Amino acid sequence: MFTGTEGIPTNAEVVFLGRPPVLRIGDDLAGRFLNAYGDPIDRGPELTGEEKEIGGPSVNPVRREQPSRLIATGIAGIDLNNTLVTGQKIPFFADPDQPFNQVMATVALRAKADKIILGGMGLSNDDYLYYRQVFENAGALERIVAFINTTEDPPVERLLVPEMVLAAAEYFAGEKNENVLVLLTDMTLYADALAIVSNRMDQIPSKDSMPGSLYSDLARIYEKAVQFPDGGSITIIAVTTLSGGDITHAIPDNTGYITEGQLYLRRDTDIGKVIVDPFRSLSRLKQLVIGKQTREDHPQVMNAAVRLYADAANARTKQENGFDLTEYDKRTLKFAEEYSEKLLAIDVNLEVDDMLDTAWELFSRHFTKPEVRIKNELVEKYWKEAESE
Amino acid sequence: MKEKSKEANVHTTGKVFGIVANLVIVHTDGPVSQNEICLIRLGDTLLMAEVIKVSGKQAYVQVFESTRGLRPGAGVEFMGHMLEVTLGPGLLSKNFDGLQNDLDKMTGVFLKKGEYTPAIDEEREWEFTPLVKEGDTVQAGDWLGEVKENWLKHRIMVPFVLGGETFRVKNIAGKGTYKSRDVIATIGNDGKNDHDVTMVQRWPVKVPIKAYYHKPRPFRILETGVRAIDILNPITEGGTGFIPGPFGCGKTVLQHALSKQAEADLVIMAACGERANEVVEIFKEFPELEDSRTGRKLYERTIIVANTSNMPVAAREASVYTAMTLAEYYRAMGLKVLLLADSTSRWAQALREMSNRMEELPGPDAYPMDLSAIISAFYARAGYVQLNNGETGSITFIGTVSPAGGNLKEPVTEATKKAARCFYALSQSRADSKRYPAIDPIDSYSKYLEYDEVHEYMAEHISEDWYDKVIKARDYLISGREAMEQINILGDDGVPVNYHVSFWKSEVIDFVILQQDAFDRIDQLTPIPRQRYMLNKVLDICKAEFEFPSFEEVAVYFKKVINLLKQMNYSEFESEEFKKYEKELDEVLTESVLT
Ligand SMILES: Nc1ncnc2c1ncn2[C@@H]1O[C@H](COP(=O)(O)OP(=O)(O)OP(=O)(O)O)[C@@H](O)[C@H]1O
Ligand SMILES: [Mg+2]
Repeated sequence: MFTGTEGIPTNAEVVFLGRPPVLRIGDDLAGRFLNAYGDPIDRGPELTGEEKEIGGPSVNPVRREQPSRLIATGIAGIDLNNTLVTGQKIPFFADPDQPFNQVMATVALRAKADKIILGGMGLSNDDYLYYRQVFENAGALERIVAFINTTEDPPVERLLVPEMVLAAAEYFAGEKNENVLVLLTDMTLYADALAIVSNRMDQIPSKDSMPGSLYSDLARIYEKAVQFPDGGSITIIAVTTLSGGDITHAIPDNTGYITEGQLYLRRDTDIGKVIVDPFRSLSRLKQLVIGKQTREDHPQVMNAAVRLYADAANARTKQENGFDLTEYDKRTLKFAEEYSEKLLAIDVNLEVDDMLDTAWELFSRHFTKPEVRIKNELVEKYWKEAESE
Repeated sequence: MKEKSKEANVHTTGKVFGIVANLVIVHTDGPVSQNEICLIRLGDTLLMAEVIKVSGKQAYVQVFESTRGLRPGAGVEFMGHMLEVTLGPGLLSKNFDGLQNDLDKMTGVFLKKGEYTPAIDEEREWEFTPLVKEGDTVQAGDWLGEVKENWLKHRIMVPFVLGGETFRVKNIAGKGTYKSRDVIATIGNDGKNDHDVTMVQRWPVKVPIKAYYHKPRPFRILETGVRAIDILNPITEGGTGFIPGPFGCGKTVLQHALSKQAEADLVIMAACGERANEVVEIFKEFPELEDSRTGRKLYERTIIVANTSNMPVAAREASVYTAMTLAEYYRAMGLKVLLLADSTSRWAQALREMSNRMEELPGPDAYPMDLSAIISAFYARAGYVQLNNGETGSITFIGTVSPAGGNLKEPVTEATKKAARCFYALSQSRADSKRYPAIDPIDSYSKYLEYDEVHEYMAEHISEDWYDKVIKARDYLISGREAMEQINILGDDGVPVNYHVSFWKSEVIDFVILQQDAFDRIDQLTPIPRQRYMLNKVLDICKAEFEFPSFEEVAVYFKKVINLLKQMNYSEFESEEFKKYEKELDEVLTESVLT
């Protein structure tokens, strides 16, 4: 066993797969669907690029640029409350029954990326076909590269997928200065494969039977997200499925400590739609762009709306416990429903300014100025006098 | 410079026998010692590694790099010393990796294996002024002279390795320009053991520098500008503290706030196994931002040691020691150093990865058995010291802890709790409701509040009754929380109106004192005089008696009060605007306060 070379994933490649992990890198990757080894599964021609070992070195932190360009998705639960930026890495924390693949596909298509590189790990064949279909319908196929390990393929092969994806991403972003969006689904299945391998290698498991090196193993992947000095970027949007919504499990927990925020989807039964949960979702990089590339009132409007939504949640708890609601409580509940419908729902598609205007409209319809608690100069400027109903 | 090797010491060599990720087993041909550094040949690069276990002719070494491509049989040379850093003028404002390589000097966008760059520019010239005369008696750590490193008086000291003896200055360079490797003094005792001293010395990072007279209890409050810390749980200059919290609760934002605002001469930040983008933020912002106390740019007082999560794991472990050693070096010059490490859990995990690879008997959560001792020893290196010349220096150390699953009952948090004197617990529920900084005011503590020296300092420098006020504020927060619990159980109208008043008084403290917008130009930094002013204002409100016809008016009224106080927080202190809101507030208050 003392012949491996690098962390467990690479050991695994050598030990379990019997061949060194390489990818033929080149422009002809564009538009292709490949398996975990980088071989075509789309009946297209063989790749002709130069063979390159995957899992390359890290970017020197002093050579990185600060992520700075806003990625507009039209979804207010993202753009308004959890704004994404190129060079960011962020997962969806979702229960398996939530429509994360749909939301990811929507985000990918609206994001105006030069390339979208999909890494499918333990993807069901139906979901694989769904992605293909969506990209094809949108006429985006030539911008896509996909590395797919489906549920029909051996789990350990999944370990190759992220590094394949990122080797391709580094080519387009680093050498071609393109903006590359990487989609990784499902990282939980990736981590499960890690656990299988480390178990077979007799490593001492730590929490939840995961290897003690889980943090470093996941960080190696996610930290490939980068804004290069010459303009290219790699942005990673991933999916980490939860079991029973438990985010203290080692996989989501370590992921949360690595990524720059996380997005939660939740079904809001009051409006019957899936929303981006404003409480637990967070984009760590939003402050780099909000109020700077977006309107000055963005940060405060965002915070005020979430705070009022929290008041509504408290009111709901009170109601459920059988207590009387105050007049204020009742207003927060009305606000929450409209906020959910007009802004948080994933079917929203608006420009950021319109999202902000919508929020001010809701504020003035349901609250007084002091209740909203926003800096006066902004209130003076943007408060929309409520039309009497 | 002449290499003065003690004897013609032929180094031990060896051959690689086994490789488990970055743990390499070497068969040696001679003696090696624990923590000794060795170089492993891989093609034409040399990989640095540290001995972590010796058993007979077999040495277990952890390689500070990726071992990809390494094969059994590769040659190894042992260096005869432990992992060391270079100490001398020119460290300030630098960006180092965990092994003190200058990241800016490396070529290319990607880090290359085996590329080691010098920490100090040896060609640079320094304006030297002697501080001793020939014949003076000196010992390790004493200042022989000084050079100007940017704004700072960089003291050139008797090398720390000469500790335990006294020397006479036989020769000292005159005022003039020298390079760092020029001999600026010769010291000796009675003809034997003459030592040539340059501006540069080396020191093994895992050994504390103890070239000081003694380490008294810290007593002076270190102003951080963060109200939730300075008012409720102050840290002292030379004190220790830690910030545990689930992911996304604001550990890094809080540490960045401290690095920008704390009243320190020098800030050393160890980015230990966390995100590269967070370090980039510092690289980009610090050259632009000003230290409001000195008007200098922040980077002029900062050193960064960056070993982010995608950089080699073994060097991550080294990085916190490298940062601590740099801090000790500057402390010995009589400076007030603030050392920040984010996150010490990643360091502990690096220890765990290695211990697992060595198949050691694991302790709780598979961490090494001696984790607690390692953490304590590290925190013990911080502190307030009196130097041999009577001057003082300090290292205030604040680390973050990233508890698995956000659960504070895990080994790293528990071990750190034993070692650090301030505990700033970040709470998930505060972060969820965007009550930043999410420091839980009741669970958190500062042991320094128990020190008589600290009470005296507060009485003299803040106000006579400051300590009582701090306790008062905490009491209002506790009664507010109790009132809220009752309201939640019994319902809004199931409790006396008083309970609502009590709850809302605590909300005033929460919103106005505890919550602080780290991204607002004005609110982010509150100097102590302003903190005093605002706490007095808020306590006056808490002390006042109010009467409301029903509970519904209570919230409406206090929201108005909070809003005005927040506007004050967002305004320049004592500006027209500030006074305008204050006047408005006073009017609101006189309306309803019962006299
Ligand atoms: N004082 C603050 N004011 C405003 N926003 C804050 C503040 N503190 C934290 N935040 C918000 O919380 C986010 C996460 O904070 P931060 O990165 O400091 O968390 P963390 O505890 O270091 O998490 P991790 O353990 O994952 O590194 C920030 O990006 C910011 O949006
Ligand atoms: Mg952090």
